[in-house]
Amino acid sequence: MAGLEDLYREIILDHYRSPRNRGTLPSPPAHRVEGFNPLCGDEVVLYVDIDDTGRVTDIKVDGQGCSISQSSASMMTAAVKGRTEAETRELIRAFKAMMSIHERGLGGTESGDGGAVEPDPTVDMGELEALRGVVKFPVRIKCATLSWNTLVQAFDETGPERPRD
Amino acid sequence: MTLDVGRVKKDFPILDRDMGGHRLVFLDSAASSQKPRAVLDAMDHYYATTHANVHRGVYTIAEEATQAYEAARSKVARFIGAPSARGVVFTKNATEAINLVAHSYGRRCLQAGQAVLLTEMEHHANLVPWMMLREERGVELRFLPIDDDGRLDLRDLDRQLDGVGLVGLTAMSNVLGTLNPVAEIAAAAHAAGAVVLLDAAQSVPHATTDVTALGCDFLAFSSHKMCGPTGIGVLWGREELLDAMPAFLGGGEMIRDVRLDGWTPNELPWKFEAGTPPIAEAIGLGAAVDYLNELGMDAVRAHEVALTSHAMTLLADRHGADLRIFGPPDAHDRGGVLSFTYRDIHPHDLSQVLDSAGVCIRAGHHCARPLMRRLGVPATSRASFYVYNDEADVEALSDGLLAAAAMFA
Repeated sequence: MAGLEDLYREIILDHYRSPRNRGTLPSPPAHRVEGFNPLCGDEVVLYVDIDDTGRVTDIKVDGQGCSISQSSASMMTAAVKGRTEAETRELIRAFKAMMSIHERGLGGTESGDGGAVEPDPTVDMGELEALRGVVKFPVRIKCATLSWNTLVQAFDETGPERPRD
Repeated sequence: MTLDVGRVKKDFPILDRDMGGHRLVFLDSAASSQKPRAVLDAMDHYYATTHANVHRGVYTIAEEATQAYEAARSKVARFIGAPSARGVVFTKNATEAINLVAHSYGRRCLQAGQAVLLTEMEHHANLVPWMMLREERGVELRFLPIDDDGRLDLRDLDRQLDGVGLVGLTAMSNVLGTLNPVAEIAAAAHAAGAVVLLDAAQSVPHATTDVTALGCDFLAFSSHKMCGPTGIGVLWGREELLDAMPAFLGGGEMIRDVRLDGWTPNELPWKFEAGTPPIAEAIGLGAAVDYLNELGMDAVRAHEVALTSHAMTLLADRHGADLRIFGPPDAHDRGGVLSFTYRDIHPHDLSQVLDSAGVCIRAGHHCARPLMRRLGVPATSRASFYVYNDEADVEALSDGLLAAAAMFA
């Protein structure tokens, strides 16, 4: 059995107790996207200001949920604010890869990650590394990825409005 | 007769499991109960000595299998006070039993313009099949409201019954624990010309059931919540209703004859049992019925009232305003189900912390999202008791709450 300390790292609890970028933005102009986890009723509402170049100029989180979904959302906003679309998507990919290792491993051996998506070592995960322990608690992976999937939706929905290079 | 929980615990092999240095404290029997050795042995014995398909072969073990399968049906009939085993249909679970009624009775016997009356506290299993019927046939759905103590508000019952063809309600809420006044509602429903379907998934495992006294026309429940195996449930129905209803699933077993230009249905109850049934599971359910009868259902109920009352008092004393328990405040008005919120700790986090001490509780919406909305919470934690739980389990729950408080403070 994995220990609770693997899941509830201090940095996660800190983001849960003092969430960053909590609140709303006027929408429009901000893009508002809702993410929902039907399993546990967790919901994340993102307000994202994305400029013409795709840069995240501001982001706020509303909604409610467990410590993992809320702290992951908080850490995500801190990580992506000011980043370009390309940088953000790269970070999302890296984060979801980190969260998918164990999901793949479940099919076979616990540690044999053959064929799993390896996180891109060139992407600096920073504080987000603290969420790595979530993969030892498979039912909580969806909590951790909820806000990230919601952010993807925000980019996908606003993408067509942006001028393409 | 009182329950000797110490002895009962020894009947359940899973309770010996070591959970990282903790004993297993199982407080999620409302989702699915654990199985006593007698049930596991009955199923093993059947597979090891008697297995063959039922109602087909003329050889010895096929006859024995058929007899064992039908004996299980008779045990179930007696357990719920059914006048005969003909009205006892084996299904996959309570959900399928309700779907059978919605599909067969709903499509054939509900007239256009008739309504179905449900309640705000129903499990999704007793909501979605009727919503599907609403979409397909345009029947109107109505819902009896609940009050702030989680009891049905029946003040407007007569008006709400006007034009209703079927009333579907839970005998005991899987979230609130509320025991509903089924006989009273059934009498009013019959007076208004409606039939009554009881979702008894939470009540049959925990108290004496008598379909005649309840006054219902259909009763649905699952084996796996009453010490039996998964994969089998029961629909009991009044025989004249079942006789008038069209078959549900088609296939072998449910027919009397098949010609290339048509078919005729089998008699009750086999008319509703297409294909090879869950034979070992039926035998396991029969063994579960024997086991519960040995404990005595009155003793089971008395034990749960006492333990629920103890838990509500202890938790209120220790945790005060940090803990909010939903449902009726008196343990006599409810089953052994406690849904609660604790401080502002999310049920998932609470459940995770408790799990680290070997304590299993349910966290989430309990397949009752409309009720969650009515209660104004996205999710709750739920501890539920059964024959193998005792005051030490309540202590473990209480200690786990304090551990969670320390972590998330």
